[in-house]
Amino acid sequence: MGLKLQQSQHQHHSVAVKVNEQTGTKRGYTFIQANRAWLPKFLLLWVMVMAFLSTWIYKKMDADIKVRRKEVLSSMCDERARMLQDQFSVSVNHVHALAILISTFHYYKNPSAIDQETFAEYTARTAFERPLLSGVAYAERVVHSERGEFEKQHGWTIKTMQREPSPVRDEYAPVILSQETVSYIESLDMMSGEEDRENILRARATGKAVLTSPFRLLGSHHLGVVLTFPVYKSKLPTRPTVEERIEATAGYLGGAFDVESLVENLLGQLAGKQAILVNVYDITNSSDHLIMYGHQNQDGDLALLYESKLDFGDPFRKHTMICRYQQKAPTSWTALTTAFLFFVICLLVGYILYGAAIHIVKVEDDFHEMQELKVRAEAADVAKSQFLATVSHEIRTPMNGILGMLALLLDTDLSSTQRDYAQTAQVCGKALIALINEVLDRAKIEAGKLEMETVPFDLRSILDDVLSLFSEKSRNKGVELAVFVSDKVPEMVMGDPGRFRQIITNLVGNSVKFTERGHIFVKVHLAENTKPVVDAKVETCLNGGSDGGVPISDAHQFKTLSGYEAADERNGWDSFKHLVSYEESRYDASINMTVPGETSQSVTLMVSVEDTGIGIPLIAQDRVFMPFMQADSSTSRNYGGTGIGLSITKCLVELMGGHISFVSRPQVGSTFTFTADFGRCKKASFNDTKKSNTEDLPSSFRGLKAIVVDRKPVRAAVTRYHLKRLGMLAEVAGSVKIAASACGKNGSSCGSKIQPDIILVEKDLWLSVEDGGLSLRMLDWKQNGHAFKLPKMVLLATNITNVELEKAKAAGFVDTVIMKPMRASMVAACLQQVLGIGNKKQAGKDVQNGSLRSLLCGKKILVVDDNMVNRRVAAGALKKFGAAVECAESGKVALKLLQIPHSFDACFMDIQMPEMDGFEATRQIRMMESQANEQMNGGGIDKGFTRKGEWHVPILAMTADVIHATYDECLKCGMDGYVSKPFEEENLYQAVTKFFKV
Amino acid sequence: MLGLAADRLRADMNRLLAFLFHQGILDEQFLQLQQLQDESSPNFVSEVVNIYFHESEKLLRSLRSLLMDREFSDYNKMGIHLNQFMGSSSSIGANRIRNVCVAFRAASEQNNRAGCLRALELLEHEYCFLKNKLHELFQIQQQRVLAAGVRYPMQNI
Repeated sequence: MGLKLQQSQHQHHSVAVKVNEQTGTKRGYTFIQANRAWLPKFLLLWVMVMAFLSTWIYKKMDADIKVRRKEVLSSMCDERARMLQDQFSVSVNHVHALAILISTFHYYKNPSAIDQETFAEYTARTAFERPLLSGVAYAERVVHSERGEFEKQHGWTIKTMQREPSPVRDEYAPVILSQETVSYIESLDMMSGEEDRENILRARATGKAVLTSPFRLLGSHHLGVVLTFPVYKSKLPTRPTVEERIEATAGYLGGAFDVESLVENLLGQLAGKQAILVNVYDITNSSDHLIMYGHQNQDGDLALLYESKLDFGDPFRKHTMICRYQQKAPTSWTALTTAFLFFVICLLVGYILYGAAIHIVKVEDDFHEMQELKVRAEAADVAKSQFLATVSHEIRTPMNGILGMLALLLDTDLSSTQRDYAQTAQVCGKALIALINEVLDRAKIEAGKLEMETVPFDLRSILDDVLSLFSEKSRNKGVELAVFVSDKVPEMVMGDPGRFRQIITNLVGNSVKFTERGHIFVKVHLAENTKPVVDAKVETCLNGGSDGGVPISDAHQFKTLSGYEAADERNGWDSFKHLVSYEESRYDASINMTVPGETSQSVTLMVSVEDTGIGIPLIAQDRVFMPFMQADSSTSRNYGGTGIGLSITKCLVELMGGHISFVSRPQVGSTFTFTADFGRCKKASFNDTKKSNTEDLPSSFRGLKAIVVDRKPVRAAVTRYHLKRLGMLAEVAGSVKIAASACGKNGSSCGSKIQPDIILVEKDLWLSVEDGGLSLRMLDWKQNGHAFKLPKMVLLATNITNVELEKAKAAGFVDTVIMKPMRASMVAACLQQVLGIGNKKQAGKDVQNGSLRSLLCGKKILVVDDNMVNRRVAAGALKKFGAAVECAESGKVALKLLQIPHSFDACFMDIQMPEMDGFEATRQIRMMESQANEQMNGGGIDKGFTRKGEWHVPILAMTADVIHATYDECLKCGMDGYVSKPFEEENLYQAVTKFFKV
Repeated sequence: MLGLAADRLRADMNRLLAFLFHQGILDEQFLQLQQLQDESSPNFVSEVVNIYFHESEKLLRSLRSLLMDREFSDYNKMGIHLNQFMGSSSSIGANRIRNVCVAFRAASEQNNRAGCLRALELLEHEYCFLKNKLHELFQIQQQRVLAAGVRYPMQNI
């Protein structure tokens, strides 16, 4: 609260600062909030990282795919190479077999078992064994010396490849046997072809199959190689030399491999032939690769190729197969989509996070804004209350001026119209002031500035005051107004009398406003007493509520104060009676022993204000305590008021540590009940403060006895309560007859318990009862009780007409009618008048005045002052209190007057005087006195008239400036005290009591 | 008619008193003075005030002569006079005069001649004003007493 108030005193700026401070210290910024500027950058970074990641994923997947592709390629290539090699070697083996066939059947048999015809047929029929060979042929080795014989034998000449008769050479190798497919090469000298010749030479030297480098084959234009096998005439030694081989050579078997169609065939058998491209190279000459199959300049995937070795059985020649994919590697969609999806997902995730962060930031911003607004709103609220308080206060000041002037105006000579106007203005002004005071209170409470006093006060007299405030109104309306305070409630309590009075005034004022008939009843008791009351209620319910002691004439009447139904039955007689009787028993007990509750520091009182007004509509009951809220708008039209009173009351009650509640039934009435905590008064302080705070009730009625005649027990209890406060003993009688008979009986028998001094009769009862009977009774009484002092008859009434008054007088009542609402002091005044006692005190003067008077009366006092005016005023003031005053205008004169013996009782001495000031004069007086005292002590026994043992006249300084130093100086020079110069009664009283003990 | 006149006179008196109080010319001491007046001393207030006027005029005269006569004034004596003036003024509740006296005394203690002269003039002015007003008041009071003499005593109503 302190902070808030402080805040509101500053303006927006400080509020804003405060907000920052608050948020700064309270929770600090969150990470997100602190880095809000970085959020887009974070997003960008995230996107970039994710892009990088997805690229990496793509690359990785792509690489995997490539590796797999390569593996596939290599496996395919190897497969092809192996198949080619296998097929090739199968063919080569077969050719080998043919070579052996020829050597066996052509050379070892004589004559030869094979001729062209046999050979052609055999080879044709075994051609399936050699699918790769377009054909085979056998060429015989013919030395030049044998050429003629050979040609003769076969009948043709040896021809070269160009189909010309062969020139002379050392050797020839004419084809003698050939397959039909290659029959066109018969008689051709194989040695004439460069490749064939080389082949033949190499084959007979190694004895193995040898291959040519690829070349365009005769007949077909396919590329091919020629396979050559040597055929030996005789068996060779196990390890033949080259010469032996050459010597043993009989001829050569050759076959042409059509590599191109061979490979084509082969690939055709395999799956995926379109997928890859296959090239076969002869790499014998490593610098110049000769292509055996495939196109040299093929488009295709040049990036990836695989090489497989081919071994066709010829160690001299090396071959290799190179495979590559027909098409470039297709873009890998899976990798691409995976990466892309990954990227998209990450992008979305990033965006969601970003969005969330932005949202958090926004929410936090909003939160801070709200917080700031909240602080501002609170500040504004406090400021509003302060403003209200200030403005109300500021309005009050000129309003007081206006009201004062109006009051003065009303005192002047005005015409009736003017007076009317002025009075209206005054009434309005008073209403406005009342309203402003209420608003001010409300604002003060809201601003938390209302502080409760803690001073001792008399609850009962405050209640009396409040009641007297409303007595006029209630009397005009014919509404009974009464107060009852339980005996258990301490006489003095510590609390805020002003606020308590305000609460009671508010509640009673409301009740008076809304009540047209019946009663308004204020009841105060200790909160602890409510419990037995509840018990009592149960009990009476069980008993059926029968009430023998009180005769009820109208059965339908309720047992409340006025007989009207009240909203809260708890205030009815049934429980009230119990409360009273309970109290009595407790009260009696508490006289002897200390009441246990007395030791506790605080006392909780329960106050209820009951009325029989229009009540509060049920729908409005829950907002009764809300400010500016009346039951409905018509209420303010009919009854006026702002509706702020009850909310203030509630606040005040809560400040007093209690709570307020109400029970209300429309058209029946309302009962407001509140509790409040008060401090218990210590006995010591209580006696001091009593004088200043309470009206003193006269004690002259103590011990008097009274009979209250009232049919309504609650009302009777109230009357009894007031009488009790005056110290009177009161009895309640239900009717005049009962009272009269009781008195009569008591009167005749002398040892009576009750000899009433006063009989108080309720007017309602008296009017309803036959007055003739009553007056008869009275006469009776007078005759019987002539020996005694007759009891006085007093009428109690809320309002009374002159006719009724006359009738009452005729019936034997005294003049005075005690008008309700009753107050102890008022009752006392009336009874004084009736009984003619207790008039010693001057009415209208306050207590101190009286006591001061009693102190100073008859005393002889010397006033010493050089200032004539002061002298006169002081003398006048002292004379007023009955003192005999003599004056002296200087210290010297005073000395002369105070020569011993003198008859002064006191001396008031001014301090600042010319010639001899007060201090000096006092010193001299004291010197004189001490001399006289010494003399007296010396031979004092002879002198019979020692006055008071010693001479010491009290000297009081009179000074305008009451500083403590001055006071000390006064005491130093022998003065007894001081009074401030313009005499204040209280001051004077205090100073004088010191030495004028009564 | 007479009753009305008495009312009017009472109202006039109240107004005048309210004015004097409002202007700060008088304070509550004057009221206390009025309370001291009762049947035993019916003219107590006017008596005291007349003494006051008498004394004050003497004091004012001597103050003026002290200030005018010599070039070098006797401030000590002036202080004594002023103290007396102040005392009597506060006794009858002449608040404004008392305040001027305080200022005057302060000036005299500082030997401030110009200040003293100014204060003296002010004092004389205030004194005349008060005198006039109080005379007016007493006049009304006189009339009222005369008027009230015809009627019932007011207290019992």
